[in-house]
Amino acid sequence: MIAFERVSKRYPNGREALSNVTFNINTGEMVFLTGRSGAGKSTVLKLIALLERPSRGTLLVNGKNTSTLKTRHIPAFRRGIGVVFQDHKLLADRPVFDNVALPLVVAATPLKEIDKRVRAALDQVGLLGKERMLPFELSVGEQQRVGIARAVITKPPLLIADEPTGNLDPDLALEVMRLFRRFQDVGVTVVVATHDLHIVREFGQREIVLDNGQVQGEAADSLPSVVATR
Amino acid sequence: MSLGVAGARHMQAFLGSLGRLARNPFATILTLLVIGLALALPAALQIFVTNAQAATGDFANAVDLSVYLKTDVPLAKAEQLARSARERAAVAEVTLIPADKALEEFRTYSGFGVALEALKENPLPHVLHVRPREAASSTAALESLRRYFAAWPEVDIVQIDSEWVMRFNAILEVLRRLLVIAAALLGAGVLAVIGNTIRLEILNRRAEIEVTKLVGGSNGFVRRPFLYTGVLYGFGGAVLAWLIVEAAVAVLGQPVATLAQLYGSRYILQGPTGDDIGSLLAAGTVLGWLGAWISAARHLRSIEPRA
Repeated sequence: MIAFERVSKRYPNGREALSNVTFNINTGEMVFLTGRSGAGKSTVLKLIALLERPSRGTLLVNGKNTSTLKTRHIPAFRRGIGVVFQDHKLLADRPVFDNVALPLVVAATPLKEIDKRVRAALDQVGLLGKERMLPFELSVGEQQRVGIARAVITKPPLLIADEPTGNLDPDLALEVMRLFRRFQDVGVTVVVATHDLHIVREFGQREIVLDNGQVQGEAADSLPSVVATR
Repeated sequence: MSLGVAGARHMQAFLGSLGRLARNPFATILTLLVIGLALALPAALQIFVTNAQAATGDFANAVDLSVYLKTDVPLAKAEQLARSARERAAVAEVTLIPADKALEEFRTYSGFGVALEALKENPLPHVLHVRPREAASSTAALESLRRYFAAWPEVDIVQIDSEWVMRFNAILEVLRRLLVIAAALLGAGVLAVIGNTIRLEILNRRAEIEVTKLVGGSNGFVRRPFLYTGVLYGFGGAVLAWLIVEAAVAVLGQPVATLAQLYGSRYILQGPTGDDIGSLLAAGTVLGWLGAWISAARHLRSIEPRA
C-alpha cells in the first residue's frame, strides 16, 4: 500500500525533515508511527497525503508514484485517503452532517446516497442523532469522532491520522484507537502518528520509530518491511 | 459523472452562492450598487445617443437647401420662382414658406411673441425650401445647386442645411466615442470591484477551501461557487443599472416631451429597447464571471492544505 524508498524531504527553509527513509506498509496493516516532536512523523503523513512531494527517492502510495503524479490528478488521489488531524479541521460554521458529507459532495455523490452514508458513518462513530449540531456544541472527543467519520465516509482503502488522541484523555484516546482498529478489521490500511507510547503498547501493533528524520532500529537504507518492531 | 449529477452540483453551487449573498445583505447591496452605478453610466449614455439620433432623425438625413429671398420680393414673384426652381432637373421638391407663415411660426415657438407685436412690418423674407434629388445630394452637386440659386437676382443667401447635419453628426460621433471610452473604463472598474470582492471572499473561506482540497475537491469544484458569486454580482448589478436607467428615463420623459414640443416636435424620450437591456444584462454577467475567474485563478491556487 505504501512504499518509501530512500525518501528524503527538504523544506524550502533548508531543514531536512526526512533523510533517506525506506519502509513498507502492507495493505490491511495498522501501523503506529512514533518518535519525538520534529522527528519527521508529520512529514511522513504529508508525503503520503501528497500535501508535499519527496525531494529525493520514490514514494508509492496505493500504486501511484507521488513524485510524478500530475497536479490535476491529486484530487482523485486524495479521495482514496482518509485523513484525521489532531485539531480535526472541522468547518465551524457547518453542522456535523455537512462536515461529514463534504468528501461525498466533492466526489459528486447523489444526494440520497449522501444522506444514507452520512448516517451510516455517524452510526459507526456513535454520533447518530447529532447531525444538525455545530462542532462547538460537541465535546472534544465527539469532534474528533466527527473528523474520523468524515475521513472514512468514502470508504477509502487508506486511513492516516496525525496525533488523533493528542487532545483526548486516556479513556477517550483508547476509544478512538479501538475505532481505528475496527476499520483495520474490515481491510483498511491504517497509519497513526502518535507519541502516546502507552497506547502503542496497549494495541501491540507494528511500530515505526522515527528519530531526527531517520527510521530507528534498522539501517535506514535496509530493504522494506524489516523495520518492524513488536 | 452523469448529466443529472453534474446539474445538481451546479444547482448546489448556485444556491449556495445565492444563500451566502443573502446572508450578508448589507455588503451585497453595497457591492451591487457600485456595479450597478458603473454599468448605468454607459447604458444611460447609449440611451442618450440613440435618442439624440432618433429625435433629429429627419434632420440628420436632410441635405436640403434654404433659399432666402430678398425682403422686397413680393409673394407672387416668390411663387413664380418656386415654380421655376421645380423645373430644375436636380430638384426633387420645392416648398415655399411665405414670410407671414414664417412669422406666425416664429411667434408661436420662439417665445418672442410679445416683442414681435411691436414690429410694424414683417422682417422675415419668403423662403424656398429646396430638396435635391437623391442623385444630386453629393457635396459637389449641392454646391453647384447653391451657386445656381445664389446667382438669381431675387435671392439674398442660400444656406446648405447639411452643414448643420455634418456638425451634428460630428457631435454624435464624439459622444459615441465617449460612450466606448466610458464603457471600457467602467467595465474595467466592474472587473476590479468583482475581482476584489471575490478575493476577500476567498480569504474569508480559506479554512473551508483547505479542507475541501484535503478531502479531494478539485480546483474546479472549489472555484465553482466563486464563479457563481461573480455571475450573480454582475447580473444583479446589471439589473440594478437597468432600473436606474428606466427611472432616469421616467423622470426625464415629461421635460423632454415639453422641450420637443417647443421645437414643434412630438418626440417622446425612448427608454432602453429589448436589445439594449439584453446587452446590458449579458455584459454584466460576463464581466462578473470574468472578474471572479481572474481572481479565483490567482488566489485559489495558492491555498493548499497544510497539516
